[in-house]
Order: sequence, then structure tokens, then C-alpha cells
Amino acid sequence: MELRILIRKRKMAAQLSNNQQIDQSLGSRYSTWITEVLDEMPENFLITDPCLSGHPIIFASRGFLKMSGYSREEVIGKNGRIFQGPDTDRRSVLEIREAIREERGIQIKLLNYRKDGTPIWIVFHLSPVFSEDDGRVIHFVAVQVPISRKASISQSGFRNLEPVSGLDSTAPNSCTWSRHSPDVGNLDVKADCPKLEICFGSCRREILKDSVRGLNKSLLPDASPEPDSRELQCEDACEDINLEKKKATAAIDSILSTLAHYSKLMGKSVCGRRCSSVHPRLTRITSSLNISLGRIKQSFVLTDPYLPDMPIVYASDGFLNLTGYSRHDVLGRNCRFLHGPDTDPDTVAQIQENMQSWKTFHVRILNYRKDGSSFWNCLHVSPARNASGKIAFYVEAQLDESSLNEDDGLTPEMRQLGAIGAVKVAVRTLFDAGPSKSS
Amino acid sequence: MLTIKRVPTVVSNYQEDSQDVAGCGRKCLGKCCLPVSKLPLYAFKPREDNTAGNKNERTISDPEFSFNPLLLGQWEDRMNRGLFRYDVTACETKVIPGQHGFIAQLNEGRHLKKRPTEFRVDKVLQPFDGNKFNFTKVGQEEVLFRFEENCDEDEDEGNDSRTRFFPKSSVLPSAKPSVVAINVSPIEYGHVLLIPRVLDCLPQRMDGESLLLALHMAAEAANPFFRVGYNSLGAFATINHLHFQAYYLNVPFPVEKAPARLVAEKIKNGVKIYELCDYPVRGLVFEGGKNLSDLSDEVSTCCIWLQNNNIPYNLLISDSGKRIFLFPQCYAEKQALGEVSQELLDTQVNPAVWEISGHMVLKRKKDYEDASEDYAWKLLAVVSLSEERFEEVKAYLLEAVDGFILAQEPKKGHTAENLDDVIATATPAEKEDLFQVHGTHAHVHEGCLVLQ
Repeated sequence: MELRILIRKRKMAAQLSNNQQIDQSLGSRYSTWITEVLDEMPENFLITDPCLSGHPIIFASRGFLKMSGYSREEVIGKNGRIFQGPDTDRRSVLEIREAIREERGIQIKLLNYRKDGTPIWIVFHLSPVFSEDDGRVIHFVAVQVPISRKASISQSGFRNLEPVSGLDSTAPNSCTWSRHSPDVGNLDVKADCPKLEICFGSCRREILKDSVRGLNKSLLPDASPEPDSRELQCEDACEDINLEKKKATAAIDSILSTLAHYSKLMGKSVCGRRCSSVHPRLTRITSSLNISLGRIKQSFVLTDPYLPDMPIVYASDGFLNLTGYSRHDVLGRNCRFLHGPDTDPDTVAQIQENMQSWKTFHVRILNYRKDGSSFWNCLHVSPARNASGKIAFYVEAQLDESSLNEDDGLTPEMRQLGAIGAVKVAVRTLFDAGPSKSS
Repeated sequence: MLTIKRVPTVVSNYQEDSQDVAGCGRKCLGKCCLPVSKLPLYAFKPREDNTAGNKNERTISDPEFSFNPLLLGQWEDRMNRGLFRYDVTACETKVIPGQHGFIAQLNEGRHLKKRPTEFRVDKVLQPFDGNKFNFTKVGQEEVLFRFEENCDEDEDEGNDSRTRFFPKSSVLPSAKPSVVAINVSPIEYGHVLLIPRVLDCLPQRMDGESLLLALHMAAEAANPFFRVGYNSLGAFATINHLHFQAYYLNVPFPVEKAPARLVAEKIKNGVKIYELCDYPVRGLVFEGGKNLSDLSDEVSTCCIWLQNNNIPYNLLISDSGKRIFLFPQCYAEKQALGEVSQELLDTQVNPAVWEISGHMVLKRKKDYEDASEDYAWKLLAVVSLSEERFEEVKAYLLEAVDGFILAQEPKKGHTAENLDDVIATATPAEKEDLFQVHGTHAHVHEGCLVLQ
């Protein structure tokens, strides 16, 4: 019984630090009035933080809460998928997920569900918010514009549009285009029909490149995509929700410019598009990698073997909880800050030797937390390769030897290995072209 | 010259105890050894909720809490033990530029070391042959865990019987153990095989219960990047012992992104059937249903029909079990008839479920460097049934599943808009007519080529 109390306490502590992170997500980037200002805005929107575990919602506007029927507490900290339901088109969900992964915007028609379970068709418009100095995505803004009943009744001749996809990293970030699929037959769109919902697919219009004008003037203009072959055309049925789409685009503009304004006041400017002058190295931990890694609860870090002194480039929440350090304390530093007076120097030497030969290995080493207390660390280290097949990072997973065994049969050692596996899966689809060692 | 490197074997914490010498001594998966084994057991409780739910409380049912760490951790452990033929993460991978995002991998060693196919490829149903390679001959070290439904009704300390994990579990006499084992020639990290009811020695032949097990596994992982696939005989299954494959790859598959138009819907259980559009291989997509059983029933009905009519097919379980793609194919037949160009034959790509879904493993560097969307499209287009043949098969399948209303091709001047009203006001005779599916009861032509 005691064991369960202890486990629950640890979970509550983790939850508490989670809540703190959510509270600080806006506060650390924008000036203190941001919440009030966002609260005043009439639009329905959410703001999410891809750097936090679970990619949670950190802000919900009043309009959104009213539309969806949820209270603020029910929404903050959750992932956006809670608004999906049985008839939400799975392909649309996939497209949104892809847009997040590729750090670009998307505008799509989507079926959401309110708290009481009733479905509602919306124009969903998502836009990334980039940090100007290092080009990372720090937030996503998601606007929802309900589609009126009149507009959603079917017209003839609605055609399905196709996404432009593929991980083309040279493409301008905020701009993608759709193309007709001429072979697709005429499709009828019908919404709000309780018994026979023949509605599917989505009418998409990507963000137009001039939808974020008026932001920071130091932006370099993006190269325009080929206009001719990919010019957007829409049948009459799409025009019916044109009004909602325009509203969505306008809402995004308004919110982004508000965020840009209040971020400037903090000296940490953000904008709706990534600056091309950003140092490529700094964007290696992409937001999609962040999201994937954020799901892993165990303690681990990623270190970059190609940078001098092999610094930590990613630290999991589990690592911060275990060691008592903050993310800010550890990023950019070598792991040796975990060593202390009684750490065995031979073990340290063994670690260094193994790492130089790019091996997978494990050792038992005495480490120290920020508060000076020590613990025996069953450290497991393995190189993680990216899509090129070459080693991109080292994964170092820590395990407190005295850690409690959760009562579900999986040992801490199994979980530790599971974390390493999950990291390898995440890094495997990193298509970044950094300098790498062949081995 | 690229050489295949074995993963360096490192001392692992997790060496199996080899104290018990029960069985044939080899610790295989046959009747001699499996029943006396103590493999880990993941006993899942079927998830009622077929929709995307939010999981606040971290419990054993939280997939990030147990299924994925278990599978990935055990897989990583087997890597450390050197059980794989090569390190798949050392194989270069890229997304081919273009609209569809086909994924190509350069893997020169896989086909050199893979087991060759040991049976004829023109018959979808062939009896199990114990003399040929099958999974009972596999060593237990290749098994990660047993995967079975928790049928336990016991209440434990006030908790409902739930998904549970047992690190060492004896096989009960009444049990029919199903296992998840590594694929020693992996396509991706985490590549495993799901072998339902190993001891029953079932041939590679779909049945409702096994498909449902595969769907449950996809649902337990609750990860859109963990897909489960199935190849029938004649559609490039290489072992005639019932099995599914699965692995993790954190990118969308081209087939998942392809548009699809609604073909039919079954009001009774909410299952919808779509047809792929703008994709080189013609196929059907199944979604919906109140639970996994509903979906599984409809899909397995279709698979069984295809099997019984000797039409090879591939199946992709996607979106954590919420979307199932079915591809009838005819590549092997075309190959035998000499209908495939030498250029495509030279690449030695056998289009099984992963290739058809858009993930292609290429053996030659030249093919990998030159890989283009055009090439991928051409290769897959050859796999597809012709339009006429596909329409025919589709009609038969719709008839086989029974109870579906067509979404289009309205009869007697009805449009989809007022289909609702039409159903409400139809006479019984008209209703029967409305629910009737196109198709004849004529004998099904063998072969995929349209006989003129």
C-alpha cells in the first residue's frame, strides 16, 4: 500500500512541475500582459507548446471555450486530439499531424466535437510561431471558425483537393499549394446529417504567403513557389465556406501580430515564418523531434558528438526531475556536471573510451544532483543514427538504482531500454543534413 | 564497397537464464518447448473506445507506459545481443521528392540474407507444411513477448481486470499462445512479427480472430507510426505460417495521404468503405465501426472472399487500427506471364504491403540514387489490378460484406442529397432495390488480366 502512495506522490510532483511549465510557457516568451490581451480577443483559438511533453494546449480563448463547451481547466494541458471524435476524418487528422511535424501552416475543414458530444464543422487553421533568433518553433496557434449550417449544405461539383507533401526542406515554410485532382469524380458534401453522413475529405486552402504581412520587417522575403502549375482553384462549393476561411486567416494574422508585438517587448521576438538567416546547426532539434522525444517519460539526454566537448542538446523531463536541474542549467553543457567528489575516475575514463569508439555500453557510476545528494546511476549509452544512416547523437539514459518498481511488471531497466529504443525511432527520421561521422 | 556489419555484441544485463532444460533442448516455439516456456506475457484488455481519447492518468493501459517501451526495449536488447543480421538504422533512407512522398531505403544486405520463398506463388491458399521453415522452429530468444487477450475476470484489490504484463508467465494448458518476435532481417527499427496461435500451425491465411488480434496490437501501440501489415501467399509472403508484420517509422506513408472517396457505408455498425484515388495501386480503405470487432469482421470477410477466389492481396493496418487498406494485387501473375518490364525486374523489388504503402527497400545503390516518384509510381502501377478487374472485384466484395449502402451511383434519379428522404419513404421493394449492390452471380474469372 505504501508503495502506491509513494508512486502517487511522485506522479503528483511530476504533474505539478508539468503545470508550472504550462503556466510559464507564455510568460517566459511574452510580456506579462499577454494573457490579458489574448483573453480580450474575440476569436476562437488555442495556443500549444510543442516543446512540452504531450504537445499540450497552454492557452484557450474565451470564444473557443464557449464554442466547445469546455472549461479552461478541462482544456489546458491536454492535447488537441480531445476535440476529435468518431466521424472526424482520419486523413485530415493525418494532414494536421504532418503540418506540425513539418513546422508549416495548414488550413483545413474539420469535424470537431464539443464537450456534450455534438459534432461541429469548423475551418481549422494552424500556424507555427518561430523564434526569430534561432528559428525554432516555440508555439503553434490554432484557430477554429465554425461553419454555418447554410454554408455547409452541399452543392454540386465539389472536388477534393490534394495536399502538397514530401519533406522538401528547401521549400518556403509557410507556403504550400494545392492542386486539382482531375480524375476524382464529383463528390457531394453533406454536413450535419445525423444518419447518413457522406461527408469526407476536406477542402483545403493553405496559408497564402501574404497572410502574415505586417510582421517584423527584418524578414527576408521567401522565394515564391511556382505559381502557374500550382495555382489554387476551387469549385463553387468551396466558395460557400470562403467567408469562414477568410475569417480564419484574419484571426491568425491578428493573433500572430499580437504575439510578435508582445514578444518584442521581452527582447525575444517571434514571427510567423522562419528567418532564413538562422544558423542551421541550431535547428537540428526540430519541433517534430521535440514532440516525439517529449513522449518519453524516462530520464535521458541527447549529446552532440560533433560539437566541442559533446554538449547536451536535449534533456528529457525525466532527466530534469531526477537530477533537479532545469533545462536552462543543462543545455549546452557536457554531462560531467553530474560527477562529484566520490565518482570513480576509472569509470569516467571507461565512459570516455567507449564513446570514442561509438559503442553501445552501460556502466554504474555515482552521480550527484543539483542539491548535492548522490545516487547510483545505471547509465546506458548508445549512438542514435539519423536518416542518412550515420550517427547523429549519443543517447544517454540514466536510471537511479534505487528507483521504485511500478507495479505493472515492467522493470525500470526495461523501461530504460524502451526509452533508448523510442529515441532511436525518433532520430531515425531526422532528415537533416548535418556533418556526420561515417562508421 | 559497402559491407554488412554485424552489431557489436555487448554484454547485456538481460541474458536469459538457461536453467530449465525442458523441451527439445533447443528452446524453440514448437509443441516441445513453448508450452513449458516462461516467456513474458502482455495480456491486453480490449479497448472499448474506438475513438481518439485523452489519457490523463498514466496507467498500465497507457501505451507510452507499457506496450511501446516493452516492444522497443526488448528490441533494443536483442540488438545488443547481436540477434539481427544487420543494423537497419545504418541503412540510408530518404523521402523521394514529389507530391506523394514515397520513402526509399538503401539496404544491400537484406535480400542476400533473407530466407528464400519455399512455395509456389500462384496459389493463395496452400496447406501448412511442417517440413518447410515455419515459426515453431524459431528460438525463444527471438520472441519479445506473448500477446494475448486478458480473459481474466478476477477483480484484484478493487481494480477491474485490466491490461497486465507478466515478466515470466507459464503457458496454461488451455492457452493458445500468440507471440511477437523479432524479424531478424528488419526493414526498420522495431520490425516484429505477430504470430497468432503459434502452436496451431496455421497457414498464411486470414481469419477473423487473427485479424482482430492484429488490430488489437495496433490499438495497444496507439501510435500512428506503428503499422501492421499482412501479405497473402502470391502477394510476397515468404513463409506459409500465419503471421503479420509491424514496425515503427515516424513519417506518413504515401497511401495514408492519398485521397479516398466514400463507396459504401453500413448503418448498422458505422463501418465505411472508401476507394483510393490518385494512387498507383487500386485499393479499398475501411474505417469506422463502434469497436475493433466491427471493423475486423467486415475486412476479414473481404479477405476470405479474396482467398477463396485465389486473388492475392496485401493488407495495411494504419492509424492505430482505425484505418485498414486492402490491396488486391496481381504482380506475381504478371511476372510469370512476362508482363513486367526488365527494368523493373532488375531492381528486384517484390511489391509487398510496405512497398505498396509507399515504403520501398532498394537493393542497389544505383536504384536508390536514381529513385524518383516516377519510378515508384511505375513499379506500383504494375502491381495494381486493372480498372475493370478492380471494379469487378469490388462489386463482389460489397456483395460479400452485405448490408452496405452505396454512397454514389444513385439509381432512379436519386441524388445523394436526398438519399435520406428516399430511404425514409421507400417501399420495401424499393428499399431492397436500394440496398442491392452491383454485381452478378457469375463465376469469378481467375487472374487479374481482363480477359477480352
